[in-house]
Amino acid sequence: MMGSLMISYPELATIRLGYGLSSHMVQPFGPDEILAAIHQAGPDGDTVNMEQLRKLQLRTAKLRQRIKLGEKRAREAYTTERQYIVQLVRKEMQRRFARAIDDPIGFGERLVQFWADHFTVGGGPPHQRLMTACYVNEAIRPHITGNFADLMFAAETHPSMLIYLNQNSSIGPNSRAAQKAQEKRHTGLNENLAREMIELHSLGVGADYTQKDVRQLAKLLTGLTYRAMRDELFNANRAEPGPEIVLGKHYGEHGAARLSDIRAVITDLARHPDTAQHLARKLAIHFVTDQPPQSLVDRLARVYADTDGDLNAMNTELVEAPELTAFFRHKIRQPFDFMVASLRSLGVTGNEIMALKPRQFHGWLTYPLAKMGQQWGNPPGPDGWPESGENWVTPQGIAARIDWAMRIPIKLRKNLPDPRQLLQVALGDTASEALQWAVPKAETARDGVAIVLASADFNRR
Amino acid sequence: MFNRRLFLKSSALIGCSAAAHPLLSSIAFATAPSENRLVVIILRGAMDGLDVFQPYGDPELHKLRKTISLGPDQGAYDLDGFFALHPTLSPLMPLWNAGELGFVPAVSTPYRNKRSHFDGQDMLEAGTGTDMDLASQSDGWLNRLLHNMPGAQSETAYSVGTEQMRILAGTAPARSWSPKIDLQLSPQAQMLLLHAYHDDPLFREGSEEALEIANQGLDKIREERGPTRDARALASFAASRLNGETRIATFSLTGWDSHARQSTILKPSLLGLADAILTLREGLGRNWSKTTILAMTEFGRTVRENGSGGTDHGTGGAMLVAGGAVRGKRAMGNWPGLGEKNLYAGRDLTPVADIRAYAAWALRDLFGTSRNVLETAVFPGLDMGANPRILA
Repeated sequence: MMGSLMISYPELATIRLGYGLSSHMVQPFGPDEILAAIHQAGPDGDTVNMEQLRKLQLRTAKLRQRIKLGEKRAREAYTTERQYIVQLVRKEMQRRFARAIDDPIGFGERLVQFWADHFTVGGGPPHQRLMTACYVNEAIRPHITGNFADLMFAAETHPSMLIYLNQNSSIGPNSRAAQKAQEKRHTGLNENLAREMIELHSLGVGADYTQKDVRQLAKLLTGLTYRAMRDELFNANRAEPGPEIVLGKHYGEHGAARLSDIRAVITDLARHPDTAQHLARKLAIHFVTDQPPQSLVDRLARVYADTDGDLNAMNTELVEAPELTAFFRHKIRQPFDFMVASLRSLGVTGNEIMALKPRQFHGWLTYPLAKMGQQWGNPPGPDGWPESGENWVTPQGIAARIDWAMRIPIKLRKNLPDPRQLLQVALGDTASEALQWAVPKAETARDGVAIVLASADFNRR
Repeated sequence: MFNRRLFLKSSALIGCSAAAHPLLSSIAFATAPSENRLVVIILRGAMDGLDVFQPYGDPELHKLRKTISLGPDQGAYDLDGFFALHPTLSPLMPLWNAGELGFVPAVSTPYRNKRSHFDGQDMLEAGTGTDMDLASQSDGWLNRLLHNMPGAQSETAYSVGTEQMRILAGTAPARSWSPKIDLQLSPQAQMLLLHAYHDDPLFREGSEEALEIANQGLDKIREERGPTRDARALASFAASRLNGETRIATFSLTGWDSHARQSTILKPSLLGLADAILTLREGLGRNWSKTTILAMTEFGRTVRENGSGGTDHGTGGAMLVAGGAVRGKRAMGNWPGLGEKNLYAGRDLTPVADIRAYAAWALRDLFGTSRNVLETAVFPGLDMGANPRILA
């Protein structure tokens, strides 16, 4: 949009790679500081973990049993328990907002967002939604500067993914479990995870693979199961015996199925040249522009191939990419990013977000997000949120952003900032002339703040 | 509407010439091209046609499916002695009996083999064949129809909901809005925002349309509670537009991807679909008799039930047809059979016709669009074949 614009590197990086400028956080820094700051997006010690969640699940299961036996007190306890889980889910969402708001630059939090979206999970009943929070913390956060194969293995084998893509109900048709089953009707393959592992998570749909590869991979994945009462993720009883051939390579030839075969196929999928291209393109699209130049994609893909999938090498390439300047403002902030950037520019802190009452949090943040087209925790499908600006900048999408910018800041900030000051904080030296003309002419501070936040300048990055 | 006062005020304030002002170009109204109405509902996630319209008369069905699609014995509604309607769609039985509901049991786009939702949906909405590169195909067939519809104006077609509908995307003017949106702004704030958006084409276009729609003071759809609230809100808004100058509305309903526990997974989606159709009927009133609804999905699912009481991605699927204008109470087209040798790739229902041909004939009979335009411009490369006479 603004090719000739002069913009300092810290501003450029914070807007393009992070969650936007903030009144109390901008300071001079370079690529090295950004890369170092990614580590702040590591696992969160306060987040519920799978071990705790398993206990909660078992407790709920017991309560259900007691309800079945006709215990009246159990029903009350069940309701209380459910409310408690719903409250935990909300707290985790609040924490995601808070971390994004408080991250000085935000590149790390955005990488978390990007990879969590690449390996989409979501939706479902409260336990499952809480599991999504565990997933982000346990499968995504530890790996954003690590190796892609490790990230992929952690994501594909996390209970959250096993449930989301139905792997939990996939049983080898000739497995021991199937032979023992009284009725054959509840035993058989489920192709969902296998298909998305190839199509979405590694090679990409345009790559050269067939239905047979999907089917073979589905067979190889059998045994991978999450059960709250089991300690292990791999149940050899459910595994299909015999070797499988995925993309021309044999796996599981030694007879008994093992988790290490799944590790092996993921390593090979991660190493595939089509995966390098697919991931490079996705990163370039997410952080640079909807139609990235092939040269940038090739550079990122080469880094990936040369380092055998080192994600921090890709992060480094991205942080230093001249395309960040060349394609400034080509990307539209997704609704969550728009809201976080708005809150940062208004000087709202993570603590303030954590202190919101449930009704406030949902009324001011999550419900408006849904109106903007991004129902948090509930992406439209396993391909995650759409990337192209056209998907977000629809009449209804703009209206929802204007509406939020008009109504919500004044609820969070009794004393709204002077709109002219906010303009400087939020956009630095990048505000367009048209916006600089419009903002001081607003009739009220409320209108002026809304015009800054709803502007095209602010909604682009 | 952008009222004249606002326009004069804003142009005076901005001080630019009237000719350069963005608002002037949008006021061009023509009469509606037809009294007929079309609603296209995209069912995202690949609806299992074999479960929705269960071919229980095919002896293979009960061998392939153990917990789903069990026919009239398990509560499905017999339609014609061969097909039965999924029990959850029972609210639609009065429409069937009135001849206002029908279906095409084995259709598909030309998409084969990869069975990706996202490519499948893109192809369904783009309306193209396999010879086109999907990535570079950004417009949809409803938009290309508008290009070839004399008298079409921006109100003629609406996409409803928060997500972008590729089927209506393109250069012909069309509207999109969500029933959830409520926007109130002072005239001064509107003017300043439009000024700030002016140099950004994407925001300029979208914001002008947003404010114009908001300023029409459309009755906000009352959000009643219940599991099908969203579907009803979409249909209710679509009906309100179709009672005005709009002739084509499109929206999507999700939740059809039933890899496991299909009977549980599909229930809310089926209820939503039924409620959307019934809400349209109620909201359209007398206009219902001129309305055709096509509910389309990206592909069908495997004929065999999988190990988890669900189905995986397949090929041939079903299209639902409803409305006061349709010649319903029948299955349209042929039935390929579920025998092993009849299946596509040994696993899927074989599509016996191109779903685009049914859509194309509906467009021809609704709006008088010529066969030549349909086969070359709207659905390039399509052979429409014989008219299935969807309309009464």
